[in-house]
Amino acid sequence: MQAIYEMPKTLIDTATHFCPGCGHGIVLRLIAEIIDAWDIRGKTIGLAPVGCSVLAYNYLDIDMCEAAHGRPPAVATGIKRVHPDHLVFAYQGDGDLAAIGIAEIIHAANRGENITFIFVNNAIYGMTNGQMAPTSLIKQKTVTTPTGRNPANHGYPIRVCELLAVLEGSSYIERVCLSSPENIRKTKKALEKGFKTQIEKRGFSLIEILSPCPIYWRMDANESMKYIDEEMSSTFPLGVVKDWEHKN
Amino acid sequence: MKQLLTGNEAAAEAAILAGCRYYYGYPITPQNELINYISVRMPQVGGTFIQAESEIAAINMVYGSAAAGGRTMTSSSSPGISLKQEGISYLAGSELPCVIINIQRGGPGLGDISASQADYFQAVKGGGHGDYHTIVLAPCSVQEMADLVYDAFDLADEYRIPVLILGDAQIGQLMEPVEFHKKTKKVLPNKDWALTGAEGRKKRVIKSFYPIKGQLEEFNAHLQKKYKKIEEHEVRYETVNIQKADIVLVAYGTSARICKEVVKRSQQLKFRVGLIRPITLWPFPKKIIRKISERVRCILTIEMSAGQMVEDVRLAVEGRCPVHFYGRTGGGVPTSLEVIRKIVEIVPDDQAASKLLQLAEVKEYASNI
Repeated sequence: MQAIYEMPKTLIDTATHFCPGCGHGIVLRLIAEIIDAWDIRGKTIGLAPVGCSVLAYNYLDIDMCEAAHGRPPAVATGIKRVHPDHLVFAYQGDGDLAAIGIAEIIHAANRGENITFIFVNNAIYGMTNGQMAPTSLIKQKTVTTPTGRNPANHGYPIRVCELLAVLEGSSYIERVCLSSPENIRKTKKALEKGFKTQIEKRGFSLIEILSPCPIYWRMDANESMKYIDEEMSSTFPLGVVKDWEHKN
Repeated sequence: MKQLLTGNEAAAEAAILAGCRYYYGYPITPQNELINYISVRMPQVGGTFIQAESEIAAINMVYGSAAAGGRTMTSSSSPGISLKQEGISYLAGSELPCVIINIQRGGPGLGDISASQADYFQAVKGGGHGDYHTIVLAPCSVQEMADLVYDAFDLADEYRIPVLILGDAQIGQLMEPVEFHKKTKKVLPNKDWALTGAEGRKKRVIKSFYPIKGQLEEFNAHLQKKYKKIEEHEVRYETVNIQKADIVLVAYGTSARICKEVVKRSQQLKFRVGLIRPITLWPFPKKIIRKISERVRCILTIEMSAGQMVEDVRLAVEGRCPVHFYGRTGGGVPTSLEVIRKIVEIVPDDQAASKLLQLAEVKEYASNI
C-alpha cells in the first residue's frame, strides 16, 4: 500500500498551543514539508520570535533560536554570518516585524542579508488578547481600538512588502494568503522561492502570509477566510512584489 | 613588541587575537577608536564587522553569533549600554557567551562624553530584567584592558555567560604602551549546545522562555548555582601596601590609578595608606575587604560616581569598621589631593595624616607655579 499523504518528518507530532482556526499550523507544516522534500534538516536554522509563534521550536524538528521581541532579523544576521551556507529563516508575526522590529527588518533588507523572512500577518496581537497591530485594517475592531482603527488616532496599516521592495538590498518579496487550498499551494511555492533565493545566494527574501485569527477577529473559521479574501487582500494586495528573476 | 595604543584600540586588537570573529557595534563617543580599529582589522582576519542600525540590533546580532557558536563581541558607552540591557538579559537567560565593552561616560541621560564610573550598579547588579549576573572586569590601564579582553572570551566560554568589560573614557582614550601576550588557552568545554544545523543529531534550541510552571524556577536555580561557582573561583583583585595600612582605599579603574598615587605618597610617613583594587567587580572581592576591615581604622571608597561600589564595600564590611566615601560625578575625576583632604577630614587628629596633606599641598602649589 502506498502512502499518499503523511505527517512531515520535520513537523513534531504533538498538540500545539494554537487556537482553533489559526493559520500558524498550516505555515509551519509547509515549512516542514519543504525541509523534508529538499532534505535540508541538517543545514537549516530557524528563528522564533516573541508572540503566538514563539513556540515554533516545539513543533519543528530543527535547530532553532528564540529572539527578543522584534529582533529576529538582527539575531538571524548574527547566525547567518557564522553559518553562511546554512538555510536561515526567521518566522515573525505582524507586531514583531512591523511594529517593535520595523528597524531591524528594514536594515536587514537594506544590507541584503541572505536570509528568508516568513512574515505571518494576521492583523492583530493574538498572544496578548487581541490588541491593534501595525497591520490592523482601517475600522478593524480590536481590544485597543474598540470603535475600530481610526487613522486619525492610530495611523494606517503598514504595507511591509511594498515598504521593503523599494530598498535596493531586497531580492524577493511576495504576499500570499491561506484562505483556500489553492492559496495554500501558492504559499508553499512562495516559501520555496524564498528558500531558493537564499540557497542561490540571491539575498534578502520575505514572504508575507495573510493568516486567519478567528478568535480575536471574533469570527468563525469560514468567515475568517472570507475576511482575508474580501477585506485583507484589498488593503494588502496578493502577488509578487519584487523578484530578482524578473527585474522590472 | 610594545605598541602605543589607546585602550579602545588595545581592546579591539586583543579581541582579534582572542579569536573573536564577529563584531557588531554602533558609533558612540568615547569608544569610537574601538569600532574604527576593528572595522579595519576584522576583514584582515576573515571576520565579520557590521555597523548595526542601533545598539539594540548590535547586541542581538551578538546573540545570534553566540547562539551559532561564534566568538563575538560588541562595545559601546553608557547610553548605548542602557539600550543593550534587554539583549544582555536574553543572553544571560539563554546562557550565551559573549563580550560586551562599556567605555563609561557621564550620565544620567545623554550626560557628557568624559570619564565616569556611574554605571557600576547597572553593570554588577544585572542591568536588565530578571535574576542574573554578568562577569564584570575593570581594567585600570591599556595593558590590563588587553589582558582582560583576552581572558573575557575564555571566561565567557567556560561559564556560558556574557562578560562585561567596564572601562571609562580615560581608560578607553588614554594611550599607553601595550604588549599582546597570547596566553595558552585553557581547555574550554565543547559548544555542544550551539546551533549548527541538526545534521545527524537531535535538534538544539536556544531560548530563555519557560512557560510551564516550575521550569523557570528550576532554570533560575541552575543559574544561581553557576553564579556561586563563579563567585568561588573567579574573584580577582590587586592589593597595594595593605599589610601595615592605617586606612585602606577601595577603588577600581581610573579611580584606582589616582589612589595608587596617594598610597605612594604615604609610604615614607607614619600614616600608611593601602589600596584594594577590585579587578572583578562581579564577583566582588568581598573576602579580602572583610578581612582587612577587621584590622584597619577605616576604609575609604573612591569612585567617579555619587557612591555605588561603596554599597558593596559596606555589605562586605558589615559594620566591622567605618566605611567612608569620596566621589566626583558628571565627568569629574578625583585628584590625589582631594583624596588626601578626604583622609584628613576622616582622621582630623592624626598628625601623620595631616603631614601627608601638607606635602601634597606643597606639591600641588609647586606644580601650579
